[in-house]
Amino acid sequence: MPRRSVAGSIVSVLDVTDVVVEYRRPGRDPVRAVAGVSLSLDAARILGLVGETGCGKSSLARAAVGLVRPSAGSVRFNGELVTPLGRRTRPMRQTRLQMVFQDPFSSLNPRRKAGEQIADGLAISGKGSSGQRRVRVGDLLSQVGLPASAASRYPHEFSGGQRQRIAIARTLAAEPTVIVADEPLAALDASIKAQLANLMISLSRELGAGLLFISHDLAIVRHVADLVAVMYLGLVVEVAPTREMWAMPLHPYSEALIAAVPRLDRIRALPAALPGEVADPAHPPQGCRFHPRCPYVFDRCRIESPPLREVAPGRQVACWLQEQGRARALPRAQRPPA
Amino acid sequence: MSALLVLDGLSVWLPSREGQVAVVDHIDLEVQPGEVVGVAGESGSGKTMTALALLGLLPPHAVTEGRAVFGDRDLLKINRRELRHLRGRDIGMVFQDPMTSLHPMLTIERQLTEHVRYHRGVSRAEARRDAITMLEEVRIPDPAGALNAYPHQFSGGMRQRIAIAIALACSPQLLIADEPTTAVDVTVQAGILRLFNRLRERSSLSIMFITHDLGVMASIADRLYIFYAGRVVESGPTGDLLTRPRHPYTRGLLDALPHPEGEPMPLRPIAGAPPAPAARPPGCPFHPRCPYMLASCAVDVPTLEPIGGGRRLACPVDPLREAS
Repeated sequence: MPRRSVAGSIVSVLDVTDVVVEYRRPGRDPVRAVAGVSLSLDAARILGLVGETGCGKSSLARAAVGLVRPSAGSVRFNGELVTPLGRRTRPMRQTRLQMVFQDPFSSLNPRRKAGEQIADGLAISGKGSSGQRRVRVGDLLSQVGLPASAASRYPHEFSGGQRQRIAIARTLAAEPTVIVADEPLAALDASIKAQLANLMISLSRELGAGLLFISHDLAIVRHVADLVAVMYLGLVVEVAPTREMWAMPLHPYSEALIAAVPRLDRIRALPAALPGEVADPAHPPQGCRFHPRCPYVFDRCRIESPPLREVAPGRQVACWLQEQGRARALPRAQRPPA
Repeated sequence: MSALLVLDGLSVWLPSREGQVAVVDHIDLEVQPGEVVGVAGESGSGKTMTALALLGLLPPHAVTEGRAVFGDRDLLKINRRELRHLRGRDIGMVFQDPMTSLHPMLTIERQLTEHVRYHRGVSRAEARRDAITMLEEVRIPDPAGALNAYPHQFSGGMRQRIAIAIALACSPQLLIADEPTTAVDVTVQAGILRLFNRLRERSSLSIMFITHDLGVMASIADRLYIFYAGRVVESGPTGDLLTRPRHPYTRGLLDALPHPEGEPMPLRPIAGAPPAPAARPPGCPFHPRCPYMLASCAVDVPTLEPIGGGRRLACPVDPLREAS
């Protein structure tokens, strides 16, 4: 069900409910990349999704836009079920659900001009004559900070950062109300990354589009996202407003991720390492999936899997240490030096 | 103490459609024994080409100039045979993608012992014992079992740690690490940084650590060299350089980074983009993006001059002197 705001009106534009994404492998056990995730994204808000490689964040992103069919659960866009993408078409209403990929080298066609590729989005929604579309392409390019002349050039003539701008302009052509961006800044240099991070923030605000911003870079997510969801081994373990999560993570895994980020203000202080390895998603640990690496583990964690529940207003966490209405800071146990 | 590695006016030219292009342009750099030296810069700034020049791994048509003195030998002048003896034994290397250095079809044992036996002439059994110790050092679970496995059986983070074990197996004096933590998760990165720090403290390993990530530099490097468009624009002790940057590029880079501490501030990107090697502007390579540019910046190439406190700066304007 779509989440309702305090006033009772429906505000969420994308609702992911109990989604499971399972990959079957011949002769081997299936991998449950996403093992039952529920998230909702509001208009004009940016939800950051963080987690390590293999935690299922990209699979969740692909399920969210209908690129993979969830094995269970549902994805609703404006309250309507997202149908997994067929060979050619999807319902016109759902073209306003768009995705930005990590690698603009592979998401753009190298043999077509930038302007043509951006105009595809306009042509599909059948808007305007070809002349009007050309004007609109120019507008979109200027919106992402490129000159109108970029329309007649090919992808190889642009740098990585410019290419990602073109990919974003193409996304914007469909007038999206939800944008799912999977590591959109990962391949870019620091100074370019900041330009595009600012661009994505302002586009989300100006267009009122909800943005699901997936990244493994916690520092950039902290700057971009209003809310953060942390994934571990196929499950969301914590959801919180970004500032609150940073100030007081409630899940031990969120705490470990934040502590592992090298800090510019701590010269010659090494970030904290998280001991152990991520378990094989085909054979996740019993009980809480994080328990073999958790510094605060106790008996219950080994047996029972903690559900994601709201423990304080706006703060959800899946950890037996946290109780409803009694969210508390983690004890910061001494971690063995790794 | 005499330096372990001294680069003296190192330049590397590569052929391109526009003729010979200096991708590395008169670099001066030193690494002391037991020191971690950070080389920071964006893609195309020449940091990887500098490393490849030291290892004799430049593309075939590259031309070098200057000197790269390691111990008492110039790495740019010695023949391939001598270089082969140095590489892997005295100088270890780790790259961003562990699969560029791991062979997919050979066991970890073979890859972790072959060069040890070649360089040190030890028996197979002894090399195997050392290999197990190395895998323990890099925290690979079940080291004896890991020896019989193949690279694809490990996660990306474990592969990188195995690649590091291979690089360190012959106890080199210098490790050249080119973006060794860029492709791994932050939790794995923290483990690798701690490993490097342990080795530096215990066996006075010197590390030339190349990365674009200034946060990583802050946590591990003793001294930093900031590269821009093939040149060093600023160098000095890490803490001083990062808290009181003097070059407008360094300052710009720090403002553009999301800081994981304090109140989140809006990111202030540097306008424009770094120039491609073939399209570098005359004068100071940063002048088209520099907010403090003077007319002379478009003409004169600034040299790296000492400014006290072990710091050097290639900016005649030094607009941040007051601020710092």
